[in-house]
Amino acid sequence: MITRAVVLFSVAGSLLAQVSFDRILGANKEPHNWLTYSGSTMSQRHSPLSQITPENVKNLELQWVYQAHSLEKFEATALVVDGIMYTVQAPNDVIALDANTGRVFWTYQFVPSPAARPCCGRVNRGLAILGDTLFMGTIDAHLIAIDAKNGKPLWDTTVAKAESGYALTHAPLVVKDKVIVGTAGGEFGIRGFIAAYNVRTGKEAWRFYTIPGPGEPGHETWAGDSWKTGGASVWMTGSYDPELNLTYWGIGNPGPDYNGDVRRGDNLYSDSVVALDADTGKLKWYYQFSPHDEFDYDSVQVPVLADIEWQGKDGQKRPRKLMLWANRNGLFYALDRTSGEFLMGKPFVDVTWMNGFDEKGRPMRIPGKVPTAEGTLISPGNHGGTNWNNPSFSPRTGLFYVPAWAGYSSTFVKRNDDEYTEGRRFVGGFQRSSIPGATAPPAPQNLRNDQEGYGAIRALDATTGDRKWEFKMNDVTDAGILTTASDLLFTGGREGYFFALNARNGELLWKAAVGGSVASGPMTYSANGRQYVAVAAGNSLFTFALRQEQERAKQ
Amino acid sequence: MWAVRTGALVLVAGALLAQRRYTPGDVQDGQRLFLANCDACHGPEGDAVPGVDLGHGKFRRASSDDDLIKIILKGIEGTAMPPNNFTNFQASTIVAYLRDMAATTGRGLPPGDAAQGKMVFEGKGACLTCHRVKGNGARLGPELTDIGSLRRAIELQQSILDPDAEVLPQNRFFRVVNKAGATATGRLLNQDAFSIQLFDDKERLLSFSKSDLKEYAFLDKSPMPSYQGRLSPKELSDLVSYLVSLKGVDKQ
Repeated sequence: MITRAVVLFSVAGSLLAQVSFDRILGANKEPHNWLTYSGSTMSQRHSPLSQITPENVKNLELQWVYQAHSLEKFEATALVVDGIMYTVQAPNDVIALDANTGRVFWTYQFVPSPAARPCCGRVNRGLAILGDTLFMGTIDAHLIAIDAKNGKPLWDTTVAKAESGYALTHAPLVVKDKVIVGTAGGEFGIRGFIAAYNVRTGKEAWRFYTIPGPGEPGHETWAGDSWKTGGASVWMTGSYDPELNLTYWGIGNPGPDYNGDVRRGDNLYSDSVVALDADTGKLKWYYQFSPHDEFDYDSVQVPVLADIEWQGKDGQKRPRKLMLWANRNGLFYALDRTSGEFLMGKPFVDVTWMNGFDEKGRPMRIPGKVPTAEGTLISPGNHGGTNWNNPSFSPRTGLFYVPAWAGYSSTFVKRNDDEYTEGRRFVGGFQRSSIPGATAPPAPQNLRNDQEGYGAIRALDATTGDRKWEFKMNDVTDAGILTTASDLLFTGGREGYFFALNARNGELLWKAAVGGSVASGPMTYSANGRQYVAVAAGNSLFTFALRQEQERAKQ
Repeated sequence: MWAVRTGALVLVAGALLAQRRYTPGDVQDGQRLFLANCDACHGPEGDAVPGVDLGHGKFRRASSDDDLIKIILKGIEGTAMPPNNFTNFQASTIVAYLRDMAATTGRGLPPGDAAQGKMVFEGKGACLTCHRVKGNGARLGPELTDIGSLRRAIELQQSILDPDAEVLPQNRFFRVVNKAGATATGRLLNQDAFSIQLFDDKERLLSFSKSDLKEYAFLDKSPMPSYQGRLSPKELSDLVSYLVSLKGVDKQ
């Protein structure tokens, strides 16, 4: 009885501790928690936890399941704060659970407006927290603050007009006293933006348009009035470097997607990464991965920040502030995140739309490799070499891990008769994937052969882009990746498995048949001294931990 | 017979028209949409509306693929042709199917006698060895009870004469060898990174763990024999007519 009382006391005590921004910046100092979407503001999805190891991972077993009351894809990565898990049941219900047992403390139900029209599912990828407040973007483009203790809304800000095709699907990013979100809607002719809101009031603090307006630098990269409907959406969470006070965001495709004739120019800042002053939203630098894109190569992937040894022009290796990026366009990049300088770009899947870079890091296009009325076969295909699916970087192995679609191409068809109508799809063509059912909901049976493309986890040397190993699946994958300080890698795929690999060599160490497509990034936490790994698959959230008898036997 | 597509022919016809390249999958998707949405007015061969013969590339107001897509999507005002709620892509698959029809029509045999064809099917052709119709025959090959509502005569004829021309993903055959050297061959039902599910020639639902296998691979060829030269033209057209007559289970 005495021990029990002590446990109860410690749980209650921890509830009192608020999540300060310093705690979020120091997330690695409290690895039992998962305080921000990508694990830390560096977004490496690498946890210092090491109770589960390559030796004992075979003893992982299911602890609890949360079955969502929703048939939508479960794309959210949960947050865990001192034994409490917070996640989102699609489209926009927030759930607080006991991270040890999966029992629900409270549910905040939000009913989005019927005007909501997210392009690709009524999905949500997660929450942000600061103090005792959770933040969620909604598919009808609201940003809502919710009391983390009782699930009651504190404020509700309309970020953009759902009727025009705007939506919020990614987890917000908290930086100091602001919560930052960007707008999805690149298939609806929106003009994308990133905006910061005061965490207490929900009032807008700054706004950065991802398409420059008249008089702003970069405006000339959009012919005529095309800037008004050029898309450049934002639908994945950014990162933050506190020393530089820069927040980094990946920007989506220009619109209409497949017809660049009506938007001649480079179409800045579509398919770019932008570095913004976190206090003012002012642009510090940008790098455009795919100028004048006509393949829907959104560059929304989470910017992964890493400080690693890099060989300078003098041949000497020094630690350098880098940004690592496996892009939908099929290339892996290293950029200097202080200046935006292009350091390296290398294909990690077959790439047929470009064949090298000029000295400034601009891709050199291959003539004729553009969408046409007849259709043009391009690699990677429309889904990309990877998509939004969370990559991971392990500072221990120096490897960057990407969920890839290998051997995959699409035929891109351009149409010239699309006219912009507010709130209607505006894409200028269509594409045919070489993968049967690639764009449809996951089929329960997989009959494809390798020539039609396959899913793989590819481990790349972060300094060279060279592939160190590959774990091959038959079906393609929409799963994110988690690595840990014991050199484990957790991921899954459309085949309905959740599995662990040795992060050093790709060897399969453990798997569980979860029976539904893993379309989210796994995360890990610990509570009451046990390390858990949680992943959403199908419509449910699964958590695993080491079998307890096994652990007791050892003690 | 193994359902086979005639994708290579898609490019042949209508060289004067602005045409796209289509995959066999597009044609198949388009056929499904056509039979579900267009067949009621245009008929299964596309020739039921006077002055319009979709199956021969004869259109009243369209020449290019773009024209056709526009008409499929927006309809023709003042006529019975309604607008349709398809995506651009869906409309383009219907066009793919129309082009495929036009490319292949006229290569088929004259209609035969379905009753005679049933005898060929069950007798000389020995088709029930692998196929099943309304509860009779084997289950290893594709079930043919409703093949007449899924495939046109020309496609059925092609599949009988050249089964390897193309095999649909759901009819791919697969072979596994376990570590003891025992082999199993069957129709692939499902495959993932760790396991394989087959329907074998003994009509068993089999599941294998890849870690227990020495080797496994797709078969390059269809297990169906070609009937080229083995049936007379009359027998072939009777057989095709019989298959075309198979429209599904009898409804009470």
